[in-house]
Amino acid sequence: MCLAVPGRVVEIYEKDGLPTGKVDFGGLAKEVCLAYTPEAQLDDYVLVHVGFALNTIDEAEAKEVFALLREVAEAEEQMRKDEEPS
Amino acid sequence: MKFIDEYRDAAQVKRWVDSIHRKTTRPWNLMEVCGGQTNAIIRFGLDTLLPPEIRLIHGPGCPVCVTPIEMIDQAVAIAARPEVIFCSFGDMLRVPGSEKDLLTVKSEGGDVRVVYSPMDAVALAGAHPDRQIVFFAIGFETTAPAVAMAIAQADRLDLANFSALVSHVLVPPAIRAVLGSPDNIVQAFLAAGHVCAVMGTRQYEPIAKECGVPIVATGFEPLDILQGVAMCIDQLEHGRAEVEIQYTRCVQAEGNPVALAQIAKVFRTVSRKWRGIGPIPESGWALRPEYTRFDAALRFEVEGIRAEEPAVCIAGAVLQGHKRPHECPAFGTECTPERPLGAPMVSTEGACAAYYRYRRRAEEKES
Ligand code: SF4
Repeated sequence: MCLAVPGRVVEIYEKDGLPTGKVDFGGLAKEVCLAYTPEAQLDDYVLVHVGFALNTIDEAEAKEVFALLREVAEAEEQMRKDEEPS
Repeated sequence: MKFIDEYRDAAQVKRWVDSIHRKTTRPWNLMEVCGGQTNAIIRFGLDTLLPPEIRLIHGPGCPVCVTPIEMIDQAVAIAARPEVIFCSFGDMLRVPGSEKDLLTVKSEGGDVRVVYSPMDAVALAGAHPDRQIVFFAIGFETTAPAVAMAIAQADRLDLANFSALVSHVLVPPAIRAVLGSPDNIVQAFLAAGHVCAVMGTRQYEPIAKECGVPIVATGFEPLDILQGVAMCIDQLEHGRAEVEIQYTRCVQAEGNPVALAQIAKVFRTVSRKWRGIGPIPESGWALRPEYTRFDAALRFEVEGIRAEEPAVCIAGAVLQGHKRPHECPAFGTECTPERPLGAPMVSTEGACAAYYRYRRRAEEKES
């Protein structure tokens, strides 16, 4: 449950006195509290856990993770296909 | 090779696996203290790619699994009250207490809700001034900043109907407890990357030094984990015992200073009981005196509830690496993810559930 997911900041605003933003996770946007990442700018990648950005991430490295995640998903898809009785 | 060919980036995975094989000359026992890593290791069969000399031991790294049974009983007692809306992360709902779990409370009419963030519980408190909103604050250091902010926000908004049942746990004291056990076999640790994203890695330095163990802050993808293992083996083979960071894209040695300041404002360090392991000194966070008005255990007078775990569950031995899940007599028979006896069978990050899901057939063949 400690898993945190990288996403891209697409909107920054204030909510109930706290810096807040919309973060895009590969097409799905979620509201995220940005109080712990005051340095985060639009288009920055942040590491998000239970509604909070814990850190900003280097964009090149974040993209690498996305690519890797996609590969893993594709690999799993392939594994499922292989397991299906023909 | 198993699970390698499926990766498109098989070349990279293979490179790391090869490098680990080349480096390893002797048997080494490594422990990961993170349920996310445990899940990835078993799911992708990473341990099966390593040389037979390397054993990965799945440590007490799942907060759901180490939450003591009496805390579940306290949660159940609070959630059953008619005035309460009890908010929890989803994976806590099926953790067995002495008599029932939170899902049973819900089926009996209790208002138990799954939330994504502790801030959702704060919002509920604002929207339902006539109800008592209680948040079940479980988790390692990764989750603590969110809870600290929720408490501070409830304080700022003066929400008298909000409280939290706090059972936060900390990784470094658990590592010390594992190392301090007389029959310890662990020689190096993969530290949890997201815990270190908040806390940094400085607090691991005295452990590495005093106990002579390499500690590498590691991420969660297969390649991260393999690289973390390679870094540990490199240190072990060269007789080094240092703190290193594999997960550099998210971890800095000093952690997140803004989050650390907020945590220090809201929480104080306390001794805490770990499910299957027992009390570990200074291993948890509880609310500081300034915030006790948000303490659900006090508000609902449940802090006296005490309970012991079912004797058949050997979760403690599993979490410290003395036994593997399938060596538990109840594994897969009395204890399954559908009817879990112990917490490590509940969460997908628990060692028993991971073995049940991905390893059952292989282990049966083996034994
Ligand atoms: S298999 Fe079930 S009973 Fe056995 S250690 Fe794991 S959780 Fe406990």
